[in-house]
Amino acid sequence: MTLGSTTVLALKALKRNPTRALLTALGIIIGIAAVITMMEIGNGSSTSIRNSIEKMGANTILIIPGAPRQAGVSLGAGSQMSLTPEDVTAIGRDCLAVGNVVPIVNARSSNLQLIYQNQNWVPGELVGTAPEYLDIRNWTVVEGRAFTAREVASRAAVCLVGQTIVREVFGGASPVDSRIRLNNSNFTVIGVLGEKGANMMGHDEDDVVIAPWTTIRMRITGLKTGTATNTTSTASTLPGDLYPAEGVAFYPEQAENLETDTLLIPKFTQVDQILLSAVSPEQVDTAVDEVTTLLRERHRIKPGEVDDFRIRNSAEFMSMLSGTSTLMSNLLLGVALLALVVGGVGIMNIMLVSVTERTREIGLRMAVGARSRDILQQFLVEAIILCLSGGVIGILVGHGAGLLIESQLGWPIESSPTAVVAAVTVSAGVGILFGFYPAWKASKLDPIEALRYE
Amino acid sequence: MALIELKNVTKTYFLGEIDVPVLKGITLSIDSGEYVALMGASGSGKSTLMNILGCLDRPTTGEYLLEGQEVGSLSGDRRALVRNRKIGFVFQSFNLLPRTSALENVIMPLAYSDRDRSGRSRAERGREMLRRVGLGDRMHHYPNQLSGGQQQRVAIARALINHPPVLFADEPTGNLDSKTSEEVMAMFDDLNREGITIILVTHALEVAEYARRVVHISDGKLVSGSYRKEEHA
Repeated sequence: MTLGSTTVLALKALKRNPTRALLTALGIIIGIAAVITMMEIGNGSSTSIRNSIEKMGANTILIIPGAPRQAGVSLGAGSQMSLTPEDVTAIGRDCLAVGNVVPIVNARSSNLQLIYQNQNWVPGELVGTAPEYLDIRNWTVVEGRAFTAREVASRAAVCLVGQTIVREVFGGASPVDSRIRLNNSNFTVIGVLGEKGANMMGHDEDDVVIAPWTTIRMRITGLKTGTATNTTSTASTLPGDLYPAEGVAFYPEQAENLETDTLLIPKFTQVDQILLSAVSPEQVDTAVDEVTTLLRERHRIKPGEVDDFRIRNSAEFMSMLSGTSTLMSNLLLGVALLALVVGGVGIMNIMLVSVTERTREIGLRMAVGARSRDILQQFLVEAIILCLSGGVIGILVGHGAGLLIESQLGWPIESSPTAVVAAVTVSAGVGILFGFYPAWKASKLDPIEALRYE
Repeated sequence: MALIELKNVTKTYFLGEIDVPVLKGITLSIDSGEYVALMGASGSGKSTLMNILGCLDRPTTGEYLLEGQEVGSLSGDRRALVRNRKIGFVFQSFNLLPRTSALENVIMPLAYSDRDRSGRSRAERGREMLRRVGLGDRMHHYPNQLSGGQQQRVAIARALINHPPVLFADEPTGNLDSKTSEEVMAMFDDLNREGITIILVTHALEVAEYARRVVHISDGKLVSGSYRKEEHA
């Protein structure tokens, strides 16, 4: 007997009792639907958690100078000025796993006062950096504009302010184009940052002023040239380099002796920190390796010597969060698989009842020439068809439930092709597993006994 | 050559410690085209003999030749093939599949023939069989929509679908009233006239009357041999 005609036969047998077939398949339908919905919710939430982590900056890496020891006394992290603007450029150029990289210059906020008209305020943080900082931190400018690379190069006295400062200093009015004073320097506010709220430590991230790092270095923090351990800077202060433009000379060519004769515009040889982002959270480790190798090379650190910098990332934080989400998905999947097994037992139960009930039919089929493997095939195919169609209906129901949850509860849903393939395989497997015993029992019936069965 | 030949066939059931001999050496020969009634009281062994003749069971000892082929020692699958090709069964309780049309019931055995046949030609053959038993207008009725006599005729059509040389009927009229019994028996008569060998198991004398030959079995043995009856009018 061919598989095709067995299938037709099994379908006819199921059609004889459609209500029972549906109820039997219900266990599988619910099981598969649960698997599909769970997987969709799990996938959706882990994607959304991933996105949040990325927004929080899970792919960001902070490089700070190392903590040197002098005569056995630690001078504390950051006391050595080992990072240079050239390190920033080199990282951006050479490290493939690095997306954006910016220098950071911090001003100690306790020394800082912001004055606007008759208002004054001590900003929580004053960050000197480059424009890409906003991309790394996923920060938006809601009003005005961000500063440009040119403004960084020219040490323009411009700044961006956070929402807290807008509220406290400007009374909620638009601060764009206002002139403020930071300590004794005048700055023009050119933009307002979007609201970010408190960070995980409860620190208000909106209480911030961001300005070009060159400006901060020159006007607020001072040059700190003296303590530099790395004086190989080749930073140019020539106007042509500060204002790069193709083919246009801003100023007449300088005579060679002019630079030595002119008051030197100071070269900034150090930055306090370097902030960078890996191209994706998965690439954080690669980026850390690349940056470590590059900086050790640039800082001429021999193998075996300790780094003169430290690298911090939020990988631990991220793996914790994604670990939680994976745990949840696995838990839900486990429960759903349990439901499938229960469904399978239901199938087996009904198939056993069906075999008993159809004993005479089995006897008759054997009398007219069915071999035991024909009977086995018939009942096995019946069970598989029940499970597979239950599986298909379950996929549809599960996906429908997913969409319903998305539209009603607003949970993020992501359809999962893996789950669909797994569901079909598992339901067919359940059919074979739980259909085999009843089918085998049917095939082992004695035709004489079966025909006489009441 | 005889269609059916039994040579000293015995059947013993082994129930734990006790051996229960049911058939105690049966030798019987039935020619092609015969119409034989197998009679005996309950427990005489006639059902067991029927099962062996119908290839549903194997003899413990002895030989069983069907169309010259030794079938008593065949494997289960081979016997299934023999049942499919050479034997038609008609049962007391009809044994039709419920919620399945008369036509589907009739062509059911074709599913187990290895002869490849399209669904359409199978159905055509089923219709032909149903017309032959006079149910050309009842093809798509379910068993519960048919009378007992009609159901038994569907069962006869099913038994004949593979054109077997021999038809076994086990108390075919046991569940029918006398009028429909007569109809069914008349149909067996017709079939026998067309050349099909019919072996009938019954304990009712008036049914056995239809047969050309009556074989009595008692306590596992043929009683005083079999005897041929005069052709009745």
